[in-house]
Amino acid sequence: MSIQAKILLENGMEFVGKSFGFPKSTAGEVVFNTAMTGYPESLTDPSYKGQILVSTYPLIGNYGVPNHLYENGLPTTFESDCIQIAALVVSDYSFEHSHWNAEKSLAQWLEENQIPGIYGIDTRELTKVLRDSGCMLGKIVINDEDVAWYDPNKDNLVDQVSIKEKQVYGNGKNKIMLVDCGVKANIIRSLLKYDTTVIRVPWNYDFTHDEYDGLFISNGPGDPSLCEETIAHIKTAINGDKPIFGICLGSQLLGIASGATTYKLKYGHRSHNQPVQEFGTNKCYITSQNHGFAVDHSKLTNDWEPYFLNLNDGTCEGIKHKSKPIFATQFHPEANGGPTDTRFLFEKFINIVEQHKHNK
Amino acid sequence: MKNDIQKVIVLGSGALKIGEAGEFDYSGSQALKALREEGIETILINPNIATVQTSEGIADKIYFLPVTPEFVERVIQKEHPQGILLAFGGQTALNCGTALYDNGVFEKYGVQVLGTPVQAIKNTEDRDLFIQKLNEINVKTARSEAVESVEEAVKAVEKLGFPVIVRAAYALGGLGSGFCSNVEELKKLCETAFAYSSQVLVEESLKGWKEVEYEVVRDRYDNCITVCNMENFDPLGIHTGESIVVAPSQTLSNAEYHKLRELAIKIVRHIGIVGECNVQYALDPNSEDYRVIEVNARLSRSSALASKATGYPLAFVAAKLGLGYGLFELKNSVTKTTSAFFEPALDYIVCKIPRWDLGKFAGVSKEIGSSMKSVGEIMAIGRTFEEVIQKGLRMIGQGMHGFVANHDIAFDDLDHELQKPTDMRIFAINIALAKGYSVDKIHDLTKIDKWFLEKLKNIAAIQIKLSQYDTLQNVPVDLLREAKVRGFSDFQIARLVLKSSDNDMEDNIDAVRKFRKSHGIVPVVKQIDTLAAEYPAQTNYLYLTYSGETHDIAFQYDKKSVIVLGSGAYRIGSSVEFDWCGINALNTIKKEGYRSVMINYNPETVSTDYDSCDRLYFDELTLERVLDICDLEAPHGLVISTGGQIPNNLAMRLYNQNVPILGTSPVNIDRAEDRHKFSEMCDELGIDQPRWRELTSMDDIFEFVDEVGFPVLIRPSYVLSGAAMNVVSNKEEMEHFLTLATKVSKQHPVVVTQFIEQAKEIEIDAVAQNGEVLSYAISEHVEFAGVHSGDATMTFPPQKLYLETVRRIKKISRAIAKSLEISGPFNIQFLAKDNDIKVIECNLRASRSFPFVSKVLKTNFIEQATQVMLGGKVTKFDKSLFDLDYVGIKAPQFSFARLAKADPVLGVDMSSTGEVGCIGDNFYEAILKSMLSVGYTIPKQNIFLSTGPTKSKLELLEPCRLLVKKGYSLYGTKGTVEFLRDHGVEATTMHWPDEDLQPNVMDFIRQKHFDLVINVPKNHSKSELDNDYSIRRGAIDYNIPLLTNARLANAFITAFCNLSMDELEIKSWNEY
Repeated sequence: MSIQAKILLENGMEFVGKSFGFPKSTAGEVVFNTAMTGYPESLTDPSYKGQILVSTYPLIGNYGVPNHLYENGLPTTFESDCIQIAALVVSDYSFEHSHWNAEKSLAQWLEENQIPGIYGIDTRELTKVLRDSGCMLGKIVINDEDVAWYDPNKDNLVDQVSIKEKQVYGNGKNKIMLVDCGVKANIIRSLLKYDTTVIRVPWNYDFTHDEYDGLFISNGPGDPSLCEETIAHIKTAINGDKPIFGICLGSQLLGIASGATTYKLKYGHRSHNQPVQEFGTNKCYITSQNHGFAVDHSKLTNDWEPYFLNLNDGTCEGIKHKSKPIFATQFHPEANGGPTDTRFLFEKFINIVEQHKHNK
Repeated sequence: MKNDIQKVIVLGSGALKIGEAGEFDYSGSQALKALREEGIETILINPNIATVQTSEGIADKIYFLPVTPEFVERVIQKEHPQGILLAFGGQTALNCGTALYDNGVFEKYGVQVLGTPVQAIKNTEDRDLFIQKLNEINVKTARSEAVESVEEAVKAVEKLGFPVIVRAAYALGGLGSGFCSNVEELKKLCETAFAYSSQVLVEESLKGWKEVEYEVVRDRYDNCITVCNMENFDPLGIHTGESIVVAPSQTLSNAEYHKLRELAIKIVRHIGIVGECNVQYALDPNSEDYRVIEVNARLSRSSALASKATGYPLAFVAAKLGLGYGLFELKNSVTKTTSAFFEPALDYIVCKIPRWDLGKFAGVSKEIGSSMKSVGEIMAIGRTFEEVIQKGLRMIGQGMHGFVANHDIAFDDLDHELQKPTDMRIFAINIALAKGYSVDKIHDLTKIDKWFLEKLKNIAAIQIKLSQYDTLQNVPVDLLREAKVRGFSDFQIARLVLKSSDNDMEDNIDAVRKFRKSHGIVPVVKQIDTLAAEYPAQTNYLYLTYSGETHDIAFQYDKKSVIVLGSGAYRIGSSVEFDWCGINALNTIKKEGYRSVMINYNPETVSTDYDSCDRLYFDELTLERVLDICDLEAPHGLVISTGGQIPNNLAMRLYNQNVPILGTSPVNIDRAEDRHKFSEMCDELGIDQPRWRELTSMDDIFEFVDEVGFPVLIRPSYVLSGAAMNVVSNKEEMEHFLTLATKVSKQHPVVVTQFIEQAKEIEIDAVAQNGEVLSYAISEHVEFAGVHSGDATMTFPPQKLYLETVRRIKKISRAIAKSLEISGPFNIQFLAKDNDIKVIECNLRASRSFPFVSKVLKTNFIEQATQVMLGGKVTKFDKSLFDLDYVGIKAPQFSFARLAKADPVLGVDMSSTGEVGCIGDNFYEAILKSMLSVGYTIPKQNIFLSTGPTKSKLELLEPCRLLVKKGYSLYGTKGTVEFLRDHGVEATTMHWPDEDLQPNVMDFIRQKHFDLVINVPKNHSKSELDNDYSIRRGAIDYNIPLLTNARLANAFITAFCNLSMDELEIKSWNEY
């Protein structure tokens, strides 16, 4: 125990701490998250692919990690099959954990997944640096074993986390075509709560000729403009009349497909406490978010309007088509982790799908 | 503004009491601020004169009147408000509001209840309605039966099975509630509970489950947020007010956290809260099963804590929502740019620890449980659990230095202590760890989550490591740093490494400080910004931690900071009055062009509100931490005289470290505090004091008592059990006290003071500049000396003092001020008998009565004192106490009802938990208003008297005549009735509690036959003492007003016999 470790940033800053988890130097993009619970969920969220995650909440590991269980081919306790982050940075790692459904400690889990962790870091200071200069490349260096810088944004991360082969879940009457750009398991679980069959296809799969009742475009990591093939398929779908629902990256892809543009936010939204207001109403919700890019809603074309806006910085939190059953949210209605205020959007989507089928 | 409301009444919570303390000063002040910002005229009804909310400039009009339906109705009648806020004055305001609603008063005068509708409040308060409401939305509550008799309770348990919890409906903070595991316990508890409420609830026991709370806010558009969740360190079974609490929750997974959050929002929507609400859960430690325990449809202790823990101003926002705003229309008042519709993200942990004062009460049970006994609380902020728990245990100020390295604490039965907790349980865990108990074993005994116990074990492990070294140089720097990260103070390190004794402690602390600073081990200052650094925020809400490398703020080193030391945890003898003093010092500092800086850690205060000052350090008031802050702030000076005894005790130590202390020199403070030095000075000045001696052997004591005669007051320096001070009137009592309760030795001397009976007690509160008195206020006690000044009823201006007495008091005070070169506030207490005046105490700091006299005289003594300390221009007043054509009375509030078994009798040690101050056109009007404010009621018919010694019997003779004349029926014990009959007053004889004869006084008490019980204690035989105790305790347990002082009883009776309720003037402060 007590191996020296440090985190280096591309601006030359260095924070010294100690290693836990797997003792291997790693590079990636450094991002922070201000959630106070839900580290097993965050660590397995494919949107974090290639990223070194800094937890602003200082006490991490308290309740250990649950058993990795599957039900109908889907993980029930995690958001994907494995840990997605490149490394974890915390202030005070809790070596002892306590929870009725914990199977192992966080350190053990990281070790098994060969993911390094570092503790004893002034994560508040690190967060302020990241906030002010935007996300930066960084590396965890353990025992002075240096590694090369790595910019995950240059890779097609979506391709890395997307499913390779089509997979079908459930056997309900509403067929949902789910484009997997790095989908969180809870999105599929949320859709399966209704009378649905979920057809999960790779990010670049051409679904435009397939049979389905509703289209879902998932969340995922990185810059949306790299998903050209997906955008092309969505363009075709928009011209059709089937209901479409997108989340996070899915919302950005839908935005680009509709003719709008996206941009990188100065401060990305990575927390469980993002306030959004439904455009043109008095309805507000607390949402779970994890994104660095956003749709520029001033550039929406005439057929489109904002669906939700962020109450803190006014950025676009969702878009919808003025006449067609198409909508998307920048936030995560499926939560896990985070608040469940907007879970009703899944019900709304399924209702629209059913209505649409009925009207035909 | 959202609607056409121009004038609003806000109800306060009255005197501080157990279960209802300073948190409501904070929430009320915030509400008033929110209303004023909207240009609404505000009317505050609150008799608590020591609060910040009853200060000038907070409400437009203040009524120092009881928060009862009768008085509030009369204020409504006079003021014609359009709206009223009920949620900011605790249960007192809520109960009063509900009664007014039920009586149709609001409807009659067209007053709109702002915020949560009364029906919704009732749905949370009435257990049946509550369960029914939650059943409608399939939310689980503890299985429970509402019963209206003891027989029904027994039947209910047949269904539920033991153990069960019994609680009275509509009661403050769990009053009259408890656990029972058999029929006998059940019957006993039900009897008490029925004294408070006609409805009693019998519930399934969930002992050992986790206790978790959420603070929820909802606006009229149905938008909801949960501002904070909190987890109790102590599992269910211990009232949340008695528990150590952390925020945010530490052992809940995402699924649990958000399941309970979602339920909380569902509940709040269904009930229809508009404003703030608290939802309490029990959570199964072995599954996601839960029960809703309670919903509080008002601001609460937890909401005040949540506000301080997160920086989210719950009360301020709740008041705005009451006016019709949506959350999204309000700004986050920390960032000022982001929305109030958000949920704070914390990047630190806070820990709340209750402060008990059970040692002050003779006979009280020290076990803690489902009913509240603590009198205050602290909040510690840090970035590890170890750091906050150790900080917190120092903050509660009960002589502890953290979790470890305390003086020997011993428990007769450690397992019992762990299982049946008292106020000392956390230290029992330390002993258990030291004895080698495993975490599993401690968990089995305490049911405290193992995560917390493992963290405590970490502290113990560092203790062991540190103890292995003898010099600082040998301690690995990493270990020293780790110890600081885990909350160890320099004191603890000195004791563990340097094995410091009391004699070299001060030097050794200094050595530790220098050593660690030479290795760069210093704390950093971090901000509380509500968003965990996600957005930039200019916040002045700060704490210090060792888990960090960089300060969040820059320091100017411009000598423009003036630091005010706060008063710490509320406790008996130091509470909201010092918050008022601190706030006024801060305001004056700001006005004089300095940067105002506050150090304090009490979440129930206004002074720990980040907009009360330019910089708030929510941190420890220890020498170490104050020096840490002084190193960074490089202040112009420190104000140590407005925070009560804690800062006062730091004066000399700070002075020795070359910290600039403003005002009276600490050298002179020491001359006033040190008994010997002070006496010497008095002798030189020719000022008389009661004779006293510091003695170290029994023989010396007897010799001294032979000289001065009984009674004497004994102050031991080492207390084994019970009260620290005692008056003894004969040899037998003295021997008993000195052998059983204290130690007398060379190391532990005892101070014996002549006790003067039937003497008046007089106080002066004053401000001096370079030894010249600028302002003063002289007040007299209604009771004779012997009742602690904090428990006494105080009259200002004095009504029954000779001019000669006043003159001599002024003269003595001037002489003392000159000799001690006082610059700032001070207070002197005197005894006056015949024409003899003796000084009994002198404090070179603001006293408890400063807000009272300042407000009655309408002259801000603290503002003036602070101006003096800053050395600038000083406002002079020409008002004197002879100019006032009205009278102010300060009356104490007792909380004996919450302290099972405690003897509700007054003595030389203070036992009141709060106070009120009311103004009247004459003495009787003021006394009646003030006594009605602390819960006394005018008796309807039957009064019981046992009037004690002859002097008290005589004192009460006239009042008894008055009572009979007014048609009251008098009852008394044998001696009292004989005495009354001898003097021609008719009364019915009751048998003593220990007599097996009818009619027996205890039966009549149990049947609540009496409307008032007067029991003046006697110092006689054991049986009579027990009998007196039974009567007093009976009165408290059956909720019958009790008076134990003949002088006060006389004043009260004379007042209500001569004045009817209608004759009490409804006048606001500014109308006097």
